Order: sequence, then C-alpha cells, then structure tokens
Amino acid sequence: MSRPVLDVSDLTKIYGTGEATVHALRGVSMLVERGDYVAVMGSSGSGKSTLMNILGALDGPSAGTYRLDGVDVSRLADRQLALARNRLIGFVFQAFNLIPRTSAVANVELPLAYAGVRPRQRRERAMAALETVGLADRARHEPNQLSGGQQQRVAVARALVTEPALLLADEPTGNLDTRSTADVLEVFDRLSAASRTIVLITHEPEVGDRAKRLVRLVDGRIVTDVRQSPLDRIPVGARPGRHSR
Amino acid sequence: MSFFEVVRFALRGLSANKLRSALTMLGILIGVAAVILLVAVGNGSAQAINQRIEALGTNTVTVMSAGRGGATSTALTTTIADALIDPTLAPDVASVSPVVSAAATLTHEGTDHDVSQFVGTTPSWFASSNTPVGTGAGFTADDEAQGRRVVVLGRTAAEELFPGTDPLDKQVTVGGALFTVVGVLAEKSSTGFQDANDTAIAPLSAVRQVLTGYGALTSILVQARSPDRVDAVQSQVATILNQRLDVPAGATTPYRIQNASQLLATQTETADTFTTLLGAVAAISLLVGGIGITNIMLVTVTERTREIGIRKALGAPRRVILTQFLIEATLLSVLGGALGVAAALIGSSFSIVGVKPVIVPSSVGLALGVSIAIGLFFGGLPAGRAARLRPIDALRYE
Repeated sequence: MSRPVLDVSDLTKIYGTGEATVHALRGVSMLVERGDYVAVMGSSGSGKSTLMNILGALDGPSAGTYRLDGVDVSRLADRQLALARNRLIGFVFQAFNLIPRTSAVANVELPLAYAGVRPRQRRERAMAALETVGLADRARHEPNQLSGGQQQRVAVARALVTEPALLLADEPTGNLDTRSTADVLEVFDRLSAASRTIVLITHEPEVGDRAKRLVRLVDGRIVTDVRQSPLDRIPVGARPGRHSR
Repeated sequence: MSFFEVVRFALRGLSANKLRSALTMLGILIGVAAVILLVAVGNGSAQAINQRIEALGTNTVTVMSAGRGGATSTALTTTIADALIDPTLAPDVASVSPVVSAAATLTHEGTDHDVSQFVGTTPSWFASSNTPVGTGAGFTADDEAQGRRVVVLGRTAAEELFPGTDPLDKQVTVGGALFTVVGVLAEKSSTGFQDANDTAIAPLSAVRQVLTGYGALTSILVQARSPDRVDAVQSQVATILNQRLDVPAGATTPYRIQNASQLLATQTETADTFTTLLGAVAAISLLVGGIGITNIMLVTVTERTREIGIRKALGAPRRVILTQFLIEATLLSVLGGALGVAAALIGSSFSIVGVKPVIVPSSVGLALGVSIAIGLFFGGLPAGRAARLRPIDALRYE
C-alpha cells in the first residue's frame, strides 16, 4: 500500500480565549488513501469548514499533526507552505474566489505562474484543464460574464491544473442551483474516475451520496465514517456525463 | 517565478482597474504639479520684485549736502564732483554725475505741466541711475559743454504736454527759456509715492543757467564698477570729500552718502521672506498631496486583501505578492509624478495671477521624491501586512 495522501491525527482547533473560547475541532483523526473520494458532512458549526481550511493549509491547527503526501504541513515555514499549497493542494471555494476582471484562462494559469511554468506551456495546460471541465470555449470570458456553475468549474480547473495530490472543495455546490450543481458534481465524478484524490465538504445529502466515503462531523468530532463504494471503482453516482467523450 | 513575470502581473493588476489606477495617478499628478507650480509662482514674484529693486539702480551711491546751503565752504560743487574721478584714490568709481534739480513748470502751446524734478546733469547720469531713453536720444557731452537747451522728458510729462503727438523736436518753455525735446525716457516702474515718470532731464550747464544758478549742486550720483564694490566706493568717496572739505577727524560730516547697498539689503530680506513663505506653502501642499496618495494607496491595497488571500491560497509566496504590489505602487507614483512634472512645466509657461512662474529645479526633485516615497511606503506597507496574513484571514477580510 502506498503512503496515504492525507494523514491527520488528533487535530484540534480553538478560537478565542477565556469566556469566548470555541472548540471548533476536538481531536479529528483520519486517513485518506490515494484515489479516494471523501465527502465530509455536518451541520453548520460542526467544524467542517475549519477542518477544510486546515487541510488546505490556509489555517494552522491549535494542536495535532497533519501530513500531506508524507510532509508534515504543521511544521512548514511560510515559504514551504506556499510551495505546498501550490504543488500538493488544489482548493475549490464555496464563493468561487476567481480574481475579478481577469479572464478564465488567466485565472487557471495563475497557480502555474507561481510554480514557475513557462508562459507557452502554461497556456496549453490551462486550456487542457478548461477542456476537462468543459469550458474551453469560455476561456476568454471574465468571471462576471460566466454563470455561477461556470465560475465554479473554472475554479475546479484552476485547482487541478497543477495536478495536485489532493483536491479540496469547500461546499463547492453551496452557491449553485440544481443544474449547475449537477454540472460541477459530474466534473468531480470524472476526476475521481481518473483516480484523483478528492475531499469535499457539503451539507447536501445528494452530494454526499455520490462520494466513495462519507464522513459525518458533529461538534468537532468524527461520528461516522462509512465507505459507500470501493476505492478502486468509479463512484456510485458516476455515470457517462455530457462532457465526456 | 521571474521578475519579468511579476512585472507582467503588476501591469495586469493595474489595467484590470483602469479607473482606480487613473484616479490614483491623478491624485499624485495634482500633488506634484501643485507643489512645483506654487514654488514657481512664488519664485517668479520674488524675481519680479528683485527686478523692480534693481530698476532703482543698485550700484550707485548718492552724495548730498547735509548743510542748510549757507556755508559755501562745505557746499558740493562741480570741482568736488570732478575730484571724485580719481583712479588712485577712488579706483572703484565708474562714473560721477553732478545733479541739480528744481521744480519747474513746462509750457507748450498753452499747455502747462508742473514737474517736481527738473534735473540738470551730465550724460553719464542716464546709465548710472538706470534710466534709459525710450524714444529719441539723450543729450551728449557736447550738448552739456555748450550749454545747449535740450531736454529729455519723462513718460508722464511727455503725455501731459503732447497728448497724442510726437514730442520729438518740439519746444517747451521752462523758466522763460525754450528747450528742444530730444528724447523721451523709457517707462520706469514707480516704487515710491512719486511718479518716477513725471520728470525732465536737461544738460547741467543749461539748467544752471536758466533755473538754479551757479550755486551748490543738489547731489552727486556716483556709480560703482559693480554692485559688490558699492561699499568700497562709499568709503573712497568719503575719504576724498573729507580731504576736500577739510573735515576734521571725528567731526560730523557736512554731507550725507546714501548707499544703494541698503536697498540691496532690503532686497535680500524680501527674498528671504519669500523663500520662507514658499517653503511653508510647498510643505503644506506636499503634505496634502501626500495624504491623498496615502489614502488611495491604503484603500487600493485594503480592497485587494481578498485577492491577496486568493493568490496566497493558490501558492503565491509572500515575496512575489509583495513585489507585485510594490511594482504597482512604483508604476503609479512614478507615472503620476512624471505626468505632474509635465503638467507643471506646461502650466508654468502661462502667467498665473499676473506672475510669470519660474520653475525651481530642486522643487521638482523634492515633489517627485516625496510623492514616490509616500506612494512606495503606503503602497508597500499594507501590501506587506496583507501578504503576511494567513490566507484564511485575508480571504475573510471585509
């Protein structure tokens, strides 16, 4: 067995001090193998967003260790942390977070630019990533010219363009209508079928049902961890989609 | 990531917000242009005042009799005036012009005009007193020697006596004698209560014959070789006069010497006052301009904190973000500053509230330097702070 992509043990996160102390995470441990598709579910305030931010190296834990592809992220300095975010993690936000007034392809190119990829190669890989999410024909559009679903697919393309070890998505369908949700989920299904490692958080059951593994978080602790379909098979919800050729 | 790439990012960042970039540059432009122009206007008016003072003649001393005119032994005479031209005792004296003057009434074809100063002197007076002849000519040494009755009129006197006609070669009656008008003085700016243009100048010999008689001179105008030799001339003249007039050492002199360097001192004082005033005005406009730049830079970076968060989440190192924002700030302040200098240069070619601005080079450097420094500091500082934030805090920043 290869080493796990994600190895979290006894993670805690405490916000504030004194009376206002909030225990967002009370010791979370989990392993995610390569090629897995994990959905983390939980009600609002269960700590799932906090967990996601720590997994994405956007925030640091109060205690506990976090190994990403064998690297102890909690020990990294700012410079290596930037490198880890760039090479190891692709992050998809609920609010899309595309750079405004910048074309879709330029947005997708951004992580490659920070990785030091040459402009020509960058453009090719960005176009390929846009192709994967079915938006190659919208490459020149700016974010405000795209629908929410399209923006989120651009964000997914941006997250996977560096071919990261781990794709993280923080409620990727939270701001989308049913139709766009289906589009985005289809992209995730196909990425999982291509044996990408995906961890997403959601509070929508139909999103959680499609993952290979479902983790429920209550009050900062994992309460259930259910495998819904085998690691080496395509996820249950996946079916030939409109974008596959 | 190469520096060139970061520059391209910065350019893209600027062009993505064209209006804001333009407004920022406008703020810097106005700040820089205001400072340069204000200083230029002040400098221009200071120079105008200098020129006006110089018009009085700054390289002369005037010798006047201090007595009441009774004692003939101490009166200033042409002999004493001639004695002042002495290459050994007074090497710094350039020329000596004896002067008599009296109030007189000029008449031409029934038109009367009173001049307070009908001056009789030698031709060197025109140069010494900084009173050039405008039209026609001054009288010559020959005119003076022959006692010819010719006169050069001041601008006001000429206009009063010859309204709308050319006064040259016309005749005016002064004290019962006819004087031929040979020239009209150039317009002279008045500094006192008297109209400096209301005068008439004639040869010394003619005026003595007709008006004042052969008594004492009113004054002697002595010109120094250069403005900084005026003090030397004053002491040389005093030495000769003491000797000629037999003034015992320590006694009060029967004459007074008026020194144009007193005017020079006044001029220097005026210039100093102006410099102080301008310094204050420039400092205030620089401060106001600086606050404007600070304001827009802070707003720009704060507004983009979220973008900085996104970039950090995508793996941008702190250094790259900081460099990008520093380049953006540099471009804005350098471009805005350069445009401000250009605007000031264009503006200085027009006369502003009657003053012709004269650019002070150091004000250009100062205005440009301060605005670029402020732009860099207040563009770089918040960008550095935002780049140090954890991505999640930058992303949540409202």
